Amino acid sequence: MSDMLLSVRNLTLDIPTGSGILHAVRGIDFDLRRGETLSIVGESGSGKSLTSLAVMGLLGKSIKRSADEIRFGDTDLLKANNRVMRDLRGNRMAMIFQEPMTSLNPAYTIGDQLMEALLLHRNVSRDKARARAVELLEKVGITAAASRLSQYPHQLSGGLRQRVMIAMALMCEPDLLIADEPTTALDVTIQAQILRLLVDLTREMNMAMILITHDLGVVARVADKVAVMYAGELVETGPASEVFATPSHPYTRGLLRCIPQPGKTARGARLGTIAGIVPSLVGEVTGCAFRTRCPHAQPSCREAIPMRGTAGHAFRCVFADGALSEEKGVVA
Amino acid sequence: MFAFILKRLGLALLVAFTVSFISFSLLFLSGDPAAALAGETASGEDVEALRRLYGFDRPMMVQYGDWLFSALRGDFGESYYFKLPVASLIAERLQVTMTLGVCGILFALATAVPLGVAAAIRPNSLIDRVALFLSVAGQAMPSFWFGLILIVVFAIQLGWLPPSGASSWRHFIMPTIVLGYYAMPAIMRLTRAGMLDVLNSDYIRTARAKGSGEMRVLFKHALRNAIIPVVSLAAVQMGFMLGGSIVVESVFALHGAGYLAWESIARNDLPTVQALILVFSMFYIVFTFLADVLNAWLDPRMRSA
Ligand SMILES: Nc1ncnc2c1ncn2[C@@H]1O[C@H](COP(=O)(O)OP(=O)(O)OP(=O)(O)O)[C@@H](O)[C@H]1O
Ligand code: SF4
Ligand SMILES: [Mg+2]
Repeated sequence: MSDMLLSVRNLTLDIPTGSGILHAVRGIDFDLRRGETLSIVGESGSGKSLTSLAVMGLLGKSIKRSADEIRFGDTDLLKANNRVMRDLRGNRMAMIFQEPMTSLNPAYTIGDQLMEALLLHRNVSRDKARARAVELLEKVGITAAASRLSQYPHQLSGGLRQRVMIAMALMCEPDLLIADEPTTALDVTIQAQILRLLVDLTREMNMAMILITHDLGVVARVADKVAVMYAGELVETGPASEVFATPSHPYTRGLLRCIPQPGKTARGARLGTIAGIVPSLVGEVTGCAFRTRCPHAQPSCREAIPMRGTAGHAFRCVFADGALSEEKGVVA
Repeated sequence: MFAFILKRLGLALLVAFTVSFISFSLLFLSGDPAAALAGETASGEDVEALRRLYGFDRPMMVQYGDWLFSALRGDFGESYYFKLPVASLIAERLQVTMTLGVCGILFALATAVPLGVAAAIRPNSLIDRVALFLSVAGQAMPSFWFGLILIVVFAIQLGWLPPSGASSWRHFIMPTIVLGYYAMPAIMRLTRAGMLDVLNSDYIRTARAKGSGEMRVLFKHALRNAIIPVVSLAAVQMGFMLGGSIVVESVFALHGAGYLAWESIARNDLPTVQALILVFSMFYIVFTFLADVLNAWLDPRMRSA
């Protein structure tokens, strides 16, 4: 399938800590086709950023990454050396971060930082690179683009900086854009603008996007596929419409419960309204990590949990129906 | 940037003016200058005669104006002890001190910055430990002791270098090492801490996400930001080295300005002390100004300050 852009199988991330190994991400699988938008949702600390950094090859040295497969286009990222990864980063895959205020280098002009990726990856003159920088600044909705090139990051607002970050990520027209909570640090009005911009640009450039977010309203509006992450595992994956219409995992349903009408969530609806505490992931982790908070937890939830559903819409629970009948029983 | 430089220049001039007044007043703070000049055995008439001769009987502001005007033309009066013009006396000694100071700070920067960067790239590695050891040793070891050890080993035992004097560049090797090593630990630790901090910052992650190579990340993106506090520190140390290298100058019998200051204070040679204080302060002011300009060039956020 030449259509397939990114395949991740059994991605596992271990972090050594003082009190043992932190199993931050445990055996997650996902696929992304060209032009598709996958949204990864989950509470703070569930491993969303680590997962995206693992794909980019930007994990810190102390974090141990293993997987059965991480394939990006024709490249096997598990076998890729630094040189190959450098050629991909900023070129075929790009990333924007949660913190627009600190993600630009204070010592260099916007222009220098925008042109850098293009000059690194393409054999173009500075004039060409500058022209492209202006073009992209205009595309991300920055006025007086040419005069912005000589400005420094501290002269721009947070919203403008995030637009610059987006323009920077798009300089080489990547196949994959990873946006890690790109709007969390911004004002609510600006959040919507930035998000619309991202969606429009991915459509226009036929770019695949991994959009990491806390905001379920966003997911409902922009994502083709959803991956729900809980404590380092994917608990449910599937087409966004299906997951919202028939959420199968108790955690997903818990997340959606605060939403009156699935798919029409108020913007800014937050996750994490489910009672209980997330278990420690240090040391051996077995069974369903959600059992400390799940209303349907059984003794068998301590054992290995099978993946259920179809390849398209899968979830992980001891109940074949994700405890749905159980839940109705409780309600009735 | 230009406006920034002008502003800083104005500030520097203001400070220089204030400092000149303070160093002038020192003459009077230390008691009756005429009596000091005449010595303990002098009679009252002798003191009065000296007072008139040197103009100490005039109003203080007149004396200050006179002194400042002369100083601006490079005339600091005559040394009480050497009976020579203070200006030429200082100029001669300053040559030695400047050579030593510049070599010392360059030696310190050339060792401390690479070591600090290397230590920050691999914290807790062998190189980090070596750097830590060198910096602790540098701080624990008094300069005179380190200087004497070098003299014993390289001048007396091995005979490679002259033990004292200032007549050739070889005379400056050991003093440079001793003086530079004194400044090295602080610069190294500040570089290391700065690099560690910057390497953990979000914009370094952005640089990597763009596909920058490791060298580019370290030297283009990180070092420029990490070195900013080091510039200010080096400026202060440079000023300190020019004024305070008395110990090193004594150990190696390099008769520089630091040594002259010590001699003049011991001999109550007020015009020389006054001039030296003024010159040393001017160095501080100039270096601080240069450091501010360099920092503003490195970090655009400072240009508006
Ligand atoms: N370098 C690291 N060293 C130790 N632990 C880490 C490191 N990076 C992440 N972790 C831990 O791994 C877990 C997952 O972190 P991650 O940043 O991926 O969460 P996240 O889902 O992106 O959360 P958020 O929504 O807050 O951004 C967290 O518990 C975090 O404390
Ligand atoms: S029922 Fe058991 S396996 Fe299913 S989500 Fe709840 S705790 Fe996990
Ligand atoms: Mg995160």
